[in-house]
Amino acid sequence: MLLIHCPYCEEDRSELEFRWAGEAHIARPENISAITDEEFAEYFFLRNNEKGLTYERWRHIHGCGRFFNAARDTVSDRFLMTYKAGLARQPVPTAEEAAAIIEDKTVETWEAVEGDAR
Amino acid sequence: MSASPDKTGAFRIKGVGRHTPARTARFTFDGKSYTALEGDTVASALLAHGVHLLGRSFKYHRPRGILTAGPEEPNALLDVSRDSARRQPNVRATVQEVFDGAKIASQNRWPSLSFDVGAFNDVLSPFFAAGFYYKTFMWPREAWAKLYEPIIRRAAGLGEAPKEEDPDHYANRFAHCDVLIAGAGIAGLTAALSAASTGQTVFLVDEQPEVGGALHFDTSTMIDGQNGYDWAQDAAARLKAMPNVTVLNRTTVFGYYNHGFLGLAERVTDHVVRPAKDLPRERLWQVRAKKVVLATGAIERHMVFANNDRPGIMLASAARSFLNHHGVSVGHNVGVYTAHDSAYEAAFDLHRAGVTIAAIVDCRADPGEAVVAQARALGVDVLTGHSVTDTSGRLRISSMTVVRNGGGNARKIKVDALIVSAGWTPSVHLFSQSRGKLRFDEANQRFLPDIYAQNCISVGACNGTDDIADLVDEAIAAGGGSAVVSAENRFEWTGGMIGAAEGAGPDTVVKAFVDFQHDVTAKDIRLAVREGMHSIEHIKRFTTNGMASDQGKLSNMHGLAIAAEMLGRPIPQVGLTTFRAPYTPVTYGTLIAHSRAELFDPTRKTPMHALEAAAGAEFEDVGNWKRAWYFPKRGEDMHVAVNRECRTVRDIGGVFDASTLGKIEVVGPDAAQFLNLLYTNAWDTLKPGKCRYGIMTREDGFIYDDGVVGRLAEDRFHVTTTTGGAPRVLHHMEDYLQTEFPHLKVWLTSTTEQWAVIAVQGPKAREIIQPFVEGVDLSNEAFPHMSVAECTVTGVPARLFRVSFTGELGFEVNVPADFGAAVWKAIWERAEGLGACLYGTESMHVLRAEKGYLIVGQDTDGTVTPDDAGYGWAVSKKKTDFVGIRGLKRPDLVREGRKQLVGLLTRDPGDVLEEGAQIVADPNQPKPMTMLGHVTSSYWSENCDRSIAIALVAGGRAKAGETLYVPMSDRTIAVEVTDMVFFDKEGGRIHG
Amino acid sequence: MRKYSVFAIAREAMRAHKGWDAQWISPEPRSSYDVIIIGAGGHGLGAAYYLAKEHGITNIAVIEKGWLGGGNTGRNTTIIRSNYLYEESMDIYEHSLKLWEGLSQDLNYNVMYSPRGVMMLSHNTHDMQSFKRHINANRLYGIDNEWLTPEQARAFCPPLDIAKTARYPINGAALQRRGGTARHDAVAWGYARAASDRGVHIIQNCEVTGIRRGPNGEVQGVETSKGFIGARKIGVSAAGHSSVVMEMAGVRVPLHSNPLQALVSEPLKPIFPCVVMSNTVHAYISQSDKGELVIGAGTDQYNSYSQTGGLQIITHTLDAICELFPIFRRVKMMRQWGGITDNTPDRSPIQGVTPVPGLFVNCGWGTGGFKATPGSANLFAHLIAKGEPHRLAAGLNLDRFRTGRLIDEAAAAAVAH
Repeated sequence: MLLIHCPYCEEDRSELEFRWAGEAHIARPENISAITDEEFAEYFFLRNNEKGLTYERWRHIHGCGRFFNAARDTVSDRFLMTYKAGLARQPVPTAEEAAAIIEDKTVETWEAVEGDAR
Repeated sequence: MSASPDKTGAFRIKGVGRHTPARTARFTFDGKSYTALEGDTVASALLAHGVHLLGRSFKYHRPRGILTAGPEEPNALLDVSRDSARRQPNVRATVQEVFDGAKIASQNRWPSLSFDVGAFNDVLSPFFAAGFYYKTFMWPREAWAKLYEPIIRRAAGLGEAPKEEDPDHYANRFAHCDVLIAGAGIAGLTAALSAASTGQTVFLVDEQPEVGGALHFDTSTMIDGQNGYDWAQDAAARLKAMPNVTVLNRTTVFGYYNHGFLGLAERVTDHVVRPAKDLPRERLWQVRAKKVVLATGAIERHMVFANNDRPGIMLASAARSFLNHHGVSVGHNVGVYTAHDSAYEAAFDLHRAGVTIAAIVDCRADPGEAVVAQARALGVDVLTGHSVTDTSGRLRISSMTVVRNGGGNARKIKVDALIVSAGWTPSVHLFSQSRGKLRFDEANQRFLPDIYAQNCISVGACNGTDDIADLVDEAIAAGGGSAVVSAENRFEWTGGMIGAAEGAGPDTVVKAFVDFQHDVTAKDIRLAVREGMHSIEHIKRFTTNGMASDQGKLSNMHGLAIAAEMLGRPIPQVGLTTFRAPYTPVTYGTLIAHSRAELFDPTRKTPMHALEAAAGAEFEDVGNWKRAWYFPKRGEDMHVAVNRECRTVRDIGGVFDASTLGKIEVVGPDAAQFLNLLYTNAWDTLKPGKCRYGIMTREDGFIYDDGVVGRLAEDRFHVTTTTGGAPRVLHHMEDYLQTEFPHLKVWLTSTTEQWAVIAVQGPKAREIIQPFVEGVDLSNEAFPHMSVAECTVTGVPARLFRVSFTGELGFEVNVPADFGAAVWKAIWERAEGLGACLYGTESMHVLRAEKGYLIVGQDTDGTVTPDDAGYGWAVSKKKTDFVGIRGLKRPDLVREGRKQLVGLLTRDPGDVLEEGAQIVADPNQPKPMTMLGHVTSSYWSENCDRSIAIALVAGGRAKAGETLYVPMSDRTIAVEVTDMVFFDKEGGRIHG
Repeated sequence: MRKYSVFAIAREAMRAHKGWDAQWISPEPRSSYDVIIIGAGGHGLGAAYYLAKEHGITNIAVIEKGWLGGGNTGRNTTIIRSNYLYEESMDIYEHSLKLWEGLSQDLNYNVMYSPRGVMMLSHNTHDMQSFKRHINANRLYGIDNEWLTPEQARAFCPPLDIAKTARYPINGAALQRRGGTARHDAVAWGYARAASDRGVHIIQNCEVTGIRRGPNGEVQGVETSKGFIGARKIGVSAAGHSSVVMEMAGVRVPLHSNPLQALVSEPLKPIFPCVVMSNTVHAYISQSDKGELVIGAGTDQYNSYSQTGGLQIITHTLDAICELFPIFRRVKMMRQWGGITDNTPDRSPIQGVTPVPGLFVNCGWGTGGFKATPGSANLFAHLIAKGEPHRLAAGLNLDRFRTGRLIDEAAAAAVAH
């Protein structure tokens, strides 16, 4: 069972509290009624399904109820970070940062990583 | 050694062992009664009485004894019962503690353990080579399932499944800790002392009844000046006294999952004579640990040689455990066959206890000097560079055949037990489960932890740390604190081998068992390689090596080495099969714990449930809800009751519990705009105080949900959803609100459980509720169909809807849930006096079908567009955006000939179609027939005095008036396609 | 190929089984083939076999990054049935079931197809409506599927609890008697042996790292860990890894890879005669010939390639199993594992041409891939040989996600595979 850091509650909580909500950073087309069938299929059905680093959405459905984004390795299921909805796709931590994350077992939020960078 | 008169067994040795001689327990094995000492395992208790034959093997039904003294036991699996319902098959005799009154039986034999007809398979074994069943039983075609397979199935399997429902109960606990330590041997205890010194919360978990691990058998290790085992008990006592430490005995860490999550199974009462009723039989612990220390030790391997499976042959460490811990000798005249120094110490202990050591046969030319010197000093015959190449004895070993390696005369040495050791396999199971990567330690022929995937650390024997001082240092470091432990042992151990021993090599045809439970021999593994199975996974699956209930704890390394030799490849290149949870089998009941019966899944009941039950309601399951289905009066069956209810609603009135409808409060200045985006309809034109029926699609354009939405104020909507749909609709709305339309000022709140909803329908609906309602004029003019108002009902603040799902004059009274029962009571008393009825979901379904109202999820199925359902009018043509606007325009959603909802009338009005029946144009066509669609709803309508049905039919609306056919298995029913309104086509009744 | 039979076994028994040949050969790859199939599971090996047997194409390599049959072929709960709802589904699953019925004889390899009956439990009105829709559609198609009362259901499967007091009582069941199980490894090995015998090269431990395209975008071959291997036709049949492989040719497919969990009990004497599935309580169960209760559990909610999953999925399934069969509470779980399922948005497979000339895809079988093995392989062979789909697989094309002509078994029935 995964342990997930909610960037709103700022807590590590069990997967039981969360619902996975698909690939992240897929915006609904602004002019959706004007797009082609191909573009619609792309938007609605096609997903990257990466083996490795994936950006995805979760909802803390049995907690604060917020949707947020996460970067996770789909091979190890390790979270590299979680960050709030609305933020652009965040760069993943460097190898050293990732190693530090593994070392102290805390899942960094974007805000925390950003703070360190400053 | 002289025969002891001890009633706890002739092989009990006075003054040896850790049990209290006065505390005995009686049990039966295959009907015969035995006395044991408290603390005995079933294995030690039987061995004390000289009983070695405990079971029969899986395939050849060969007599089998006890191989180990721990949870890795592959052979000695027994059926243990307290009473007929508390019967447990496949219990490891080496784990189960004896309790007074236990009834124990052997398995997989008929008619008896000593004479088993199935043993004929052993004679036929040349035919039953690995994978033989893939090559035969193919003719005739039907015979596999009818003839061969049933025979194979009866022969396979081990224990008999329980036949009665389990009366025991189980418990579940969640826990968090800083450090969880798996294994309480020297390494685990030391790590725990170190971790505990830092003040961290520590879980120390061990599968045995007492801590100590290898110290159960190892009597030569001294720690802090004490005998090792005594030190371990002291250390555990110290740890238990600390507030930050939890010590769990009889508890197996069976699974190491993601992100520091571990599954533990604690055996609570299986060893207790009369368990207290409130105690669970077992307890599941689900622990999230910040750090895990694996101190899981190592497992001794057997030697692979001809006929190495006879009862009386066991691991040297097992014999040592039986002796030093249980005070039981495994024989009077014991042989030793080893490739590792550790077996010598077993021989020394036995020798010291007065047991004759027939000989130590060591396949190595140069064993450890110290042990050999000690053996010689004790006068024990040591044959280095020799091997045991065969054994004899039908139900128990009687002799071993010893040959000098490389040839020479064989000589038979009489023994009544043979203890063996091929060395030690580090227990890396949990490490591997945590997805750590192993490396092969070439020098010692073993796999060891290499790359960690989680915050864990292996210490001690499971990490390949052989030197005791190193082990202690490693454990202290892993604990992260400090501890002072000084340990020393008498001998340094060397040696070990994997693979087949002398006399069982590739050029031989002997039965040298690798996997005892599944009867896999060295030659089976070689056959697999010969047949092209070059991956270790293929070899495992082809031979079933390592797939028995011990999951290859003893056999995997031997199997791998034999395969590697055949393939001519180094072991790491052949690879290792995957370690999977659980470490040892876990009872389903334990994993389930409290999730049974009413706790299996929550039951949702409306505030009026008890009143409905008192009124005689039958209930049906709708999702988690229990909904009143119909209200039979005395002597009524469902059909009669529903007919009465339907007629009464239309003639007079009816009261219905609609509380399960999903309800979402949509509030905020942009609420109307938000609903515009989420529903196909337009909402900005809806005036406060009015309601509208709304259809929701997803982006794909298919109907997702529907319901009436009332506008209470400019910025406040009361949205209703289908009964099952509420959670997913709210989730769907939140998703759009938070991520696509975050600029909208809208708040969403689930109010399903806040409101009790009482629907009052029928010509007298107004008359029924009128006296209770204050604050709203109920007249048609002031409060027409599709109105909503806030008011009071029986003095309770309420939201009153003038809506109808029956086509009659109707109201839905929403009151706070806590008042639901009281308001229901008041309304129903008056309604009953006026001749109205209570009605349930079945009548609700019939009444709405009479009016052609659809039920999402019954008449639609996720492939139906609003237009398909005949609700094209509910899709706004003016809006420039809503969820589904683009999906609806896709080629297949706008093509001609889509399935559309229509009405069906059977030619014979008495015929009620089957819901789910398929519709065709030509009933005489050959199969596979072209199906036009199916019946989604079908009822007997008492009000129409005939059957009615709704169906999805390809190009349905254009087929109005046509005759189609519903072919059933016994006859074909002709139907006419109609519109969907069967009753009150003009629709006047709804306006009262 | 040396024919397998009881006589062959008897002969070999006399000489310690030293005369058996390798079931398949493990050759070094040639520089090019007529057809390359990526993925040596049941579908890929089967497609190679049928290409050789029915279409006369034998210059084929089946390339596998691990060991043959090591993906979902060897990790599933081996259930076989064909009682699906939509014509497109019935077409392929019934075609498959018919092939299952003669597969052991066709391959001369006992795949242990055992039609012991697959029974789906109905717990409520919605289930009943849905199951009867299936039963009627199946009957008019020519597929057996029948409705049972709760009493009939228990007679068919005695351990079943049909008490009305259960949390979710049973109100009936749908039974397909021809449904059942087969031995999963034997399917891969049987196809491998038969294909190898017809000259097909099975290249194991060879990972495809790229798909080389020509000037007109057509496929030219694959880059692998053993070097470049040429081919003008490539069939991708890589189950949970299909997204990864298709991406190499620049083709995106609408797939989610999710771990599907399963578990087996310790071996028991025969106690469970058939296959039982319940969608309402999320469980399916059968007993293997070795005596283990084989239980299919749920899918983890997130995309993953990890082949492991959470304990909560297993425990939830066991909750359900023991609600249906209370006598199993003292039985023990021996082993749990996960497989990576590739799921499409409509939970129906994709088999068809792709925008890349010469590249064919067979994926998205979700939890239904094992039962489809012979049928899917057979029709995939046709697709590769002819360049266009067989009539029975025509609806499984990729284009349906553009047009919206989905085959939505999940939406229509909410019945797990």
